[in-house]
Amino acid sequence: MLEELLVTVRSNPKIDPSLGIWSWEIPAYLFMGGLTAGIMLFASLMVLLARDEEFPFVARKLPIWAPIVLSVGMLFLFLDLSHKLYVWRFYTSFQPSSPMSWGSWILLLVYPVSILLAACTLRQGYPWLGRLVDRFAIGKGIVDFSCRHRATVAQWGLVLAVFLGFYTGILLSAFSARPFWNTGFLAPLFLVSGMSAAAALVLLGTRNEHERHTFTRIDIVLITIKLALIALLLVNLATGSGVQIEASQMVFGGEFAIPFWVFFIIPGVMLPLILEYWELKGRRRAWMFISPVLALYGGYMLRHLTVDLGQTSSYLNYVNAFDPALLDLLR
Amino acid sequence: MIRYGMVIDTQLCIGCGDCVVACKTENKLPAGLNRDWVVEATRGRYPDLTTEFRSERCNHCSHATCVHTCPTGASHLWKDTNIVLVDPGKCTGCKACIAACPYDARLIMTPDGYIDKCTFCHHRVEKGEDPACVSSCPTHCMHFGILDEPSSAVSRLLASRQQKVLLDETGNQPNVYYLI
Amino acid sequence: MKRREFLKLSAILGAGTAAPGFLTGCSPPPLPGTGAVETSPTVCNICFWRCAGTVYQENGEPWKVVGNPEDLHSMGRLCTRGTGGLGSYLDPDRLRQPMLRVERNGRQTFQPVSWDEALDFIAERMRGIAEQHGEDRLCLFSHGVGGSHFRKLLASFGSRGYAQPSFAQCRGPRDVGFALTFGEGVGSPDRTDMEHSRCIVLIGSHLGENLHNGQVQTWIQALEKQATVITVDPRFSVAAGKSKHWLPIRPGTDMALLLAWMHVLINEGLYDADYIARYATGFEQLAAHVQPFSPEWAFLETGISAAKIRETAREMAHHAPASLVHPGRHVTWYGDDTQRSRAIAILNALLGSWGRKGGFYNQEKVDLPDYPTPEAPKPRSDWQAVVQKDFPLAPSGITNAIIDASIGPDAFFKGWFVYGTNLPFTIPDSARNLEAAAQSLDLFVVIDTMPAEITGYADVVLPECTYLERIDPIRNSPERNPSLAVSMPAFEPRHETKPAWWMAKQLAERLDLGRYFPWDDYAEVVDWQLQQVGSSLEEMQRLGVKNFPRTTPMYFTPGQSVEFFTESGKIELYSAMLAGFGQDPMPVYTRPERPEPGYFHLNYGRAPAHTFGRTINNPQLFELMPENAVWVNPLVANELGLNSGDYVRLKNQDGVISNRVRVRVTERIRPDSVYIVHGFGHTDARQRLAAGRGADDNGLMTRILVDPIMGGTGMRGNFVTLISEEYTA
Repeated sequence: MLEELLVTVRSNPKIDPSLGIWSWEIPAYLFMGGLTAGIMLFASLMVLLARDEEFPFVARKLPIWAPIVLSVGMLFLFLDLSHKLYVWRFYTSFQPSSPMSWGSWILLLVYPVSILLAACTLRQGYPWLGRLVDRFAIGKGIVDFSCRHRATVAQWGLVLAVFLGFYTGILLSAFSARPFWNTGFLAPLFLVSGMSAAAALVLLGTRNEHERHTFTRIDIVLITIKLALIALLLVNLATGSGVQIEASQMVFGGEFAIPFWVFFIIPGVMLPLILEYWELKGRRRAWMFISPVLALYGGYMLRHLTVDLGQTSSYLNYVNAFDPALLDLLR
Repeated sequence: MIRYGMVIDTQLCIGCGDCVVACKTENKLPAGLNRDWVVEATRGRYPDLTTEFRSERCNHCSHATCVHTCPTGASHLWKDTNIVLVDPGKCTGCKACIAACPYDARLIMTPDGYIDKCTFCHHRVEKGEDPACVSSCPTHCMHFGILDEPSSAVSRLLASRQQKVLLDETGNQPNVYYLI
Repeated sequence: MKRREFLKLSAILGAGTAAPGFLTGCSPPPLPGTGAVETSPTVCNICFWRCAGTVYQENGEPWKVVGNPEDLHSMGRLCTRGTGGLGSYLDPDRLRQPMLRVERNGRQTFQPVSWDEALDFIAERMRGIAEQHGEDRLCLFSHGVGGSHFRKLLASFGSRGYAQPSFAQCRGPRDVGFALTFGEGVGSPDRTDMEHSRCIVLIGSHLGENLHNGQVQTWIQALEKQATVITVDPRFSVAAGKSKHWLPIRPGTDMALLLAWMHVLINEGLYDADYIARYATGFEQLAAHVQPFSPEWAFLETGISAAKIRETAREMAHHAPASLVHPGRHVTWYGDDTQRSRAIAILNALLGSWGRKGGFYNQEKVDLPDYPTPEAPKPRSDWQAVVQKDFPLAPSGITNAIIDASIGPDAFFKGWFVYGTNLPFTIPDSARNLEAAAQSLDLFVVIDTMPAEITGYADVVLPECTYLERIDPIRNSPERNPSLAVSMPAFEPRHETKPAWWMAKQLAERLDLGRYFPWDDYAEVVDWQLQQVGSSLEEMQRLGVKNFPRTTPMYFTPGQSVEFFTESGKIELYSAMLAGFGQDPMPVYTRPERPEPGYFHLNYGRAPAHTFGRTINNPQLFELMPENAVWVNPLVANELGLNSGDYVRLKNQDGVISNRVRVRVTERIRPDSVYIVHGFGHTDARQRLAAGRGADDNGLMTRILVDPIMGGTGMRGNFVTLISEEYTA
């Protein structure tokens, strides 16, 4: 029997008893990042393939959501910083060993490309907005530029989308100190999940039956892959080192079991899959907007739970001998 | 690179916590924040028991995942040593380094929000003194010095006694050793 | 946005039109010690060990306290509590101004008053007591160095009543037991020569958890040199964890073990025959006396196997005379404590460790003259003969006896000064008696730094400044080398607090006793005394500590003839004095009472982070250990359905229920015992951190086993059961 106790109280806020450094902001940022990646990936693909007649929403209306979603995501990231005024420090150095440094520089590339992608589809997608932008010389210049380099922009968009999508997963999986994150499956999982979220956004936005039908099929495939990746991730953890096995156990019992299965897998993955399958069988009804909403919810929950699980999983398992809450009397 | 390390004799440590108070006063830490702490491990069943006391802190790892993960270079190595410091002027408070540390040895400084940690009291080391925790320890169970120097007290202790490090399996190559 | 960050940014923007300035950002907070650093010598007063140290300030702000390398008490390193000493100065809950009990709207309350009002009130009451009952009816309870000023004040007034809880509630039995055997006590700091010991036997002494600094350090030195440690404790203490032999003894049966050890040493001829022949008397009686107490007999009492008893006895003998059976410190346990201490002393005599390297060494202090003042008047009565007539062998005041002698209209004592000791948390089951005494007394003065529970009984509360804000009497404790240490004020007294010497002098002047305090500032006294031994205040301000060479040998020299300060001039294995007073001349074993089913022995002890109850509210130490926990064996916890972190209340055999206390389920305790650290469970809400935190062991001690020889209060005869309590944060 081993009794391991902290005999001096340790209660560093947000670190003890287990990490709580990241609340909703980082999951929301990761979700927005993944969604942006999915949007850019689909939009760039359609632009490159010149299928805008066939997929009008994706090719014309969807791109503008990339910079918007990304901006909101970056706002969330900013909100998470505890030393906010030094945010500019991200851009005074490049740290090749730091995924977060890579991420911040990737974002710096993604951002203008996402704007150019939006710009080159603006006049068809949102004619009124296109006219508005054209009134300003700089706006017109950007739109004209993007239209001239449509293919190049879309190529960049495609590549950066994949980078961005992977990055949101690598950001976490690079933390070897957190057993639940330390698996190579997170990057593809987050990329696929971002694409699935983007597909859900398409289902919500499109009025085109063909587009809807196709993206329902795409989403079914993506959700299936996602499910498989989740299963592989859990298997990977459950067959890993001691701390990883312990981490995987958190979803099979303990405090994360209900959130994971009842609030994530069933409503956020299984239900949209079933509903979209029904829809494919031609049983679509007006309330079917529920399935993409659930898919988006599932996309966020995946990140939220992953972030929480990773923070809870640890190499250490120290318990205070005395009530750490008593230190609040001093703070 | 000069590799500084600590060697702590768990057989002499009594778990008194002097190191914790000394650290807090020396470094003027706000109440409720700790850069070091003491763990007591009891093994066995009554009446066949052993105890081990460990004063723990940042391990100033040779493979410092916290430094690697820092996106701004705020987490850095002091001069040409393994002493890991945080430059508050570069720290955004992204907290990635906290997640990167398997020892949970970092903390968020209040009220400013930058990330703080054990510095091995580099301001004392610079003057040739031991860190505050080491120099306060009433049992003299803590030792500090240069690990790669064969004549140093820490090297001699490591050469003569059984030892362990914490979480060797993470690959962080910690530089705080425990004599067992 | 936090204003501070905003200011930083504007500073950058203001300064940095140049881009590099902007990009390199603000500078980090200054490193400790880079500002204007000032130091001043101190003598720690967080506990009675009184280690010398240095107080650091940086830019006028308190910074840290560290040990003085020249100091023999601390060997340059303060303990946990000493390092956290600044907390006592910084504590926001300190007493701030004098307070007087007044009646307002039929309710009693404390009213802040000026020093003049408070001191006038006390002087007037003192005069009243002198007129009505005599000037010998005052007494002082004291724990701490400043008490000496009040002791002098009372002596010059005509009262000698004086007691320290450290006698009747702590080390009294040891000092009496050793004095009866060797003619001398163990002293403080203890004269144990542990750094040279090859074998150390701890009888319930939890060195390491009681952090008597220099003593713990010498014990650790012994450990480092692979000395054998034998620890006898129902609990797997920190010391037990570092011992070669842990004897988890059945509580209360230590005497049986000690007698069995003597039996083995004598019957196997392992004792130091030459030493005994040369120095001791009564060996034949002792040898005959211990015959029935075989290890087999002791096994049935103690639960320690006969083989283990023999093995450990032989190991002690093997290392003798560098074999120390530690006398312990807090030894008021079962009422037979003087006799148990005698047994320990006798065991040491058999091992020949007294006066020998690795055993007990001869201490020396500096021959420091007192500041010349008139001799105090001869008191009109011998208060001890009146108050402590049942305990003629008690050399010191017995707190509990004084309290008893302060209750009722015919009580001897009419006025109390209580200096730096929180009696209700110190003397078991004293609350009722203290309350009764408070009703009877004409004057009840409390001098303290903190609003402890005792202040609630007082007529007047005088707020003292902490040791960091005052000059204290020179520390001249017996040590390896004669040594002086001086404590200078590092800070101005906070609030309206004053040092004890100032209070005593002010009172003396109001009572026309100013001639006993013929100086303006106590620093003059310290300086004068230092001048007499070739130093000065100026020098000591710089040094803090000054060591002097020894003039006598530390140990007996081989074959030296030694005159012991006993009646016979020898080590008394058989005490004719005890026999003369109707006590057992040699220790005998009495079987302790066992707990009823469902009840457990209440064991208690200390933690390295705190000095009894006095430091719980110290913010720096509270942070380390904000509450205590009751240790419970897993077998018991399973039966009661308790887990670590649950909260319970303890109920004793008389139905007294404690405050809620956290459970620690641990293998480190016998299933028939529970353990808590003493000093918690404060009830005075003015100690905002400490109030309500953990359980008070003292309150659960309603069964007191009085020592018939020295009058101490045996505290370990109490039993508790655990009452489950849902955790409510």
